[in-house]
Order: sequence, then structure tokens, then C-alpha cells
Amino acid sequence: MFHDKAGYFFELFIGGLTKGSIYALIALGYTMVYGIIELINFAHGEIYMIGAFTALITAAALTAFGVTHPLVLVSVSGITAVVYASAYGYTLEKVAYKPLRNAPRLSPLISAIGMSIFLQNFVLLAQTSNYIPFPNLIPPLPFLEPVSHIMGTVDFIILCTTAVIMILLTFLIRKTRIGTAMRATAQDKTMARLLGIDVDRIISFTFITGSALAAVGGVMVGSKMGQINFYIGFIAGIKAFTAAVLGGIGSIPGAVLGGLILGWTESFGTGYLTSDYEDVFAFSLLVLILIFKPSGLLGRNTTPKV
Amino acid sequence: MNPILNVRQLTMDFGGIRALARLDLTVNHGEIAALIGPNGAGKTTFFNCVTGLYVPTSGDVFIHATPEKSVRINGMKPHRVTRAGLSRTFQNIRLFKEMTALENVMIGRHCRTHAGIFGAFFRNRATRDEEQRIIHDSYRLLEIVGLEDQVNFRALNLPYGDQRKLEIARALAAEPRLLLLDEPAAGMNSQETRDLTSLILKIRDEFNIAILLIEHDMKLVMTLSERIFVMDYGRKIAEGTPEDIRTNPDVIRAYLGEDSHA
Repeated sequence: MFHDKAGYFFELFIGGLTKGSIYALIALGYTMVYGIIELINFAHGEIYMIGAFTALITAAALTAFGVTHPLVLVSVSGITAVVYASAYGYTLEKVAYKPLRNAPRLSPLISAIGMSIFLQNFVLLAQTSNYIPFPNLIPPLPFLEPVSHIMGTVDFIILCTTAVIMILLTFLIRKTRIGTAMRATAQDKTMARLLGIDVDRIISFTFITGSALAAVGGVMVGSKMGQINFYIGFIAGIKAFTAAVLGGIGSIPGAVLGGLILGWTESFGTGYLTSDYEDVFAFSLLVLILIFKPSGLLGRNTTPKV
Repeated sequence: MNPILNVRQLTMDFGGIRALARLDLTVNHGEIAALIGPNGAGKTTFFNCVTGLYVPTSGDVFIHATPEKSVRINGMKPHRVTRAGLSRTFQNIRLFKEMTALENVMIGRHCRTHAGIFGAFFRNRATRDEEQRIIHDSYRLLEIVGLEDQVNFRALNLPYGDQRKLEIARALAAEPRLLLLDEPAAGMNSQETRDLTSLILKIRDEFNIAILLIEHDMKLVMTLSERIFVMDYGRKIAEGTPEDIRTNPDVIRAYLGEDSHA
């Protein structure tokens, strides 16, 4: 098979881009929540995992009822996953973080780790620790046939979906009434309250949005990998967290940039050096960034709030 | 005399310290009143209790939307107090520094607008009309405070006096019936203070609202206020016209100390 250098490079490039977009999708959830309440939501990866499981279960149920049309299957299970994961995210905030809103910063962090462990084990008990095959929800697109060795249908869908979501999210935050309220809440919660913004609602909305993005990521990774288990959220969560820190936590373009850089680092590292050290490349990059630019690539050097 | 704000026996304890002690206070519709007193007298605590940042230990705070209808607002969440018709500014400027002047004022209109998430994406007629209205109203407010040439400046790039004005414009955007100003002239030079004095009068006349201000600049207080409340150690020690206050022996004692015979 013909395999020139440029082709190989391009293949790795696309692979990194796909992977990076998923990291970015999940990283957005971390960074948005951090921007608003300065909390690292360690249970975010679990929301992603729950999104993937919801899609799997919905698709299985639909198939059992005789629904086989791929478009129906994809949209119904995707939407169910998004709704279900959002409900989890919303509840998570209400149960584990809201009561600790005025507690020292370490308390909600511990609570987040606790929720992460709880949700992992909850799914472990319900779904066993085995890898469960994820149905191939996305039928192959005929026009991608000639380039299928570089970019598969799933990769293509991942890239398109992520791009659309990023544009919508940017629009939401920059231009809409609720997005402006989110930015105001991030900058000064007390003042936002006094201007008539229901801060609790904005925080809930942030968790819902972040969880929806994570669920989309979960469904797409499930389709790409073909199998999922209760532990996928942990690894993906740590990677996405790395991406968020890399780009500058709290910064939305930073999360996207961090995700892509992380994806490419892993892809090129494994492709040109060795595939055994995928995680080593990712975390070495994190260490380097933290040494040379602790606030992240697009993070702002902020003076502490007075 | 239509009261707009009615405070009865308001008490606020922090642990063993009584910051406000059975405070009675009424602000009437369309009136400019001032709350003065030495540092630590409890003036800002009073503002915080009234705007919902603190939940008072006891007592009542009422806002009269109309002479017949009043809302009890103590213990209400701050954003609901704002909706009930009360806006404030802070001693230290609290603008959204990274946003433009226009955006700051637009956020102030948040509680008077409705567009939800669906409207934001589908951009139906109602949403677009509302957006146009918000922008139009916000421009007008910036014009009134004299910032029409700085609408797209980021708040942190505005000079100090203009930041103060922007804060007032933002507070007005919520369509308050009563505006609370916490030391609006703090840090201003005498020219800026004079401008502020005429701005406050202009706002009262243009919007027909009541204004209650905390201020240490006695010249500004005496020029503007129709009524003055004096606080010391969490109690109200005097109330009256600027003339009454100037000659009140209790006030003089609070400001100058127990033994003075000023």
C-alpha cells in the first residue's frame, strides 16, 4: 500500500484533530464551570461517561423495539444522552456544590472527587466492569470513501459537530442575553445579583451546557472506539482537564486550543516516536506549560480578587 | 408624601456586635435623601440589608411599588430586590471591567428583559425587537450621564469619574424606583464632584425617582439633600433638613467627640 511521508503526516494530523476536538468539547465543561464558580468539577468526566452509556442503552432499547433507521437511531439516542447527562450535571451541582458555595475552596473540591468516585461506582454496579460494545450509530458516508484511510465517517462527523458546537457556544456567550449574564456572573457574582441576575440559575445553566457538551463527546467517542466501560470518564476527564489547564483554565478559546494541541501532541508523538507513551507525551506537555506559563497559553495573569 | 422605602425597627447583628439597632427610616417618592455618620456607623450595612446582601436579624423593609401595594423585601434574594425597584452602586467601583460601557449598561437591563435561550438561537421577532430596545435604552442612559462618546470603551479604560458615571447608568438601567448611591463622590476632585451633583439632580428630575446616598462630602450632602439621616453606632441619632442637622447637638457630638463644645 502506498504510504508516502506527507500522507502519513496528514493522517496523524487528522487523527490528532479528531482526538483534540473531543478533548476540547470536554475541556469546555471544565473551563466554563471554573470560570463561573472557580471549582474544578472533577466529576465532569463521569458526566461524559454517563452520556455515552445513555446513548448505548437508548440505542439498544430502540433496536429492541425494531427501530433500525440510522438517522432516527442517532438523533434519538444522541438527544436522550444530552438530556440525561444535563440532568445529571444539574443535579450534581445542586447536591454536591451548591450547599458548599460559601465553604472554603477545598470543600467543594473534595465533594467533586467524591461525586466522581460515586458516579463511577454507580455505573460499575449497574453495568459491570466489562467493556460493552458500542453500536455503530453513524452509517458510512459514501463521499468519504476515497479518503477513508485518512478520515473515517466518524472522524468527519466528530469534526463537523465540534466545529458547529464551538461556533454556537461562542455566539451564546458573546452575543446573547444569557451569555452576557454568564460573563457578568463570572466577573463579579455579587454585582450580578444586584443587577437582577439570578446567579443560581446562571450557575445551573452553565452546568447544563457543560454536561450537554460532554455527552456529545461521549456519544462520539463511543462511536469511534466501539466500546465503553465505567472507567472511560476518568481518563478522558484527566486529559480534558489537562487541555483546559494547557489553554488557560477559565478561557473558552483556551480550552479549544489546549484540546487541539494535546490531541496533536499525542497523535504525532505516538506516530513518530512510540505508541507506548501516549499519556507521557500529554502530561509532559502539561508539565512544560506549567513551568513556563503557569496561567496557560491564553490564560490571563490575574491578580487575586480583593 | 408617598413613601417609597419604609424601614421599621431594622436590626442587624454580627455575632455579638449590633451593627444596626432598631433603625426606622422612610424615603419618600421623588426625594433626595442622605445617610451620613462617622466611619463604622453602619451605613453600608444598612444598604446591604436593604438590597438583600445581608439578611437582617429582625425588623422590616418595605418597598412601595404604588401607594397601595408594598413588598416586604428583607430576606429576599438580591436579584428579586432589584426587580422590586431598588438599585445601588458601591463605595469601591464594581464595574464589569472587561466589558464595554454599553455592555455594562445592557446587563443592568437584564431584570427588565426576558429573552431566553431559545430566542437567542432562533432569533424570532420578539427577541430581535427586544435586543434593539435594550441597545436603544442603554445608549440613551449613557447619553444622560454624558458617556455617549465612550460607549465602546472597555470599562477599565475609562477615567475614574467616568467609571462612577457608568456605574450610575448601569444602576439606572434596572429602572429603579429608589437609587442607593454608596459614596458616589469618593475620590473625586472638586470639579468632578460638581458634575456629579448636577448629574444626580438631573437623574432625579428626568426619571422621577427617589435617591438615597451615603456620602462624606458634606458640601455635596448639604447641597443635594432634602432630608438627612444621621447614624452613629448603628442607631439613627438625627433626622431632618440640612439646616436642622447642621445645628443638631447630637450630630456635632457624634462627629467631633464627647467633650467638644463646637
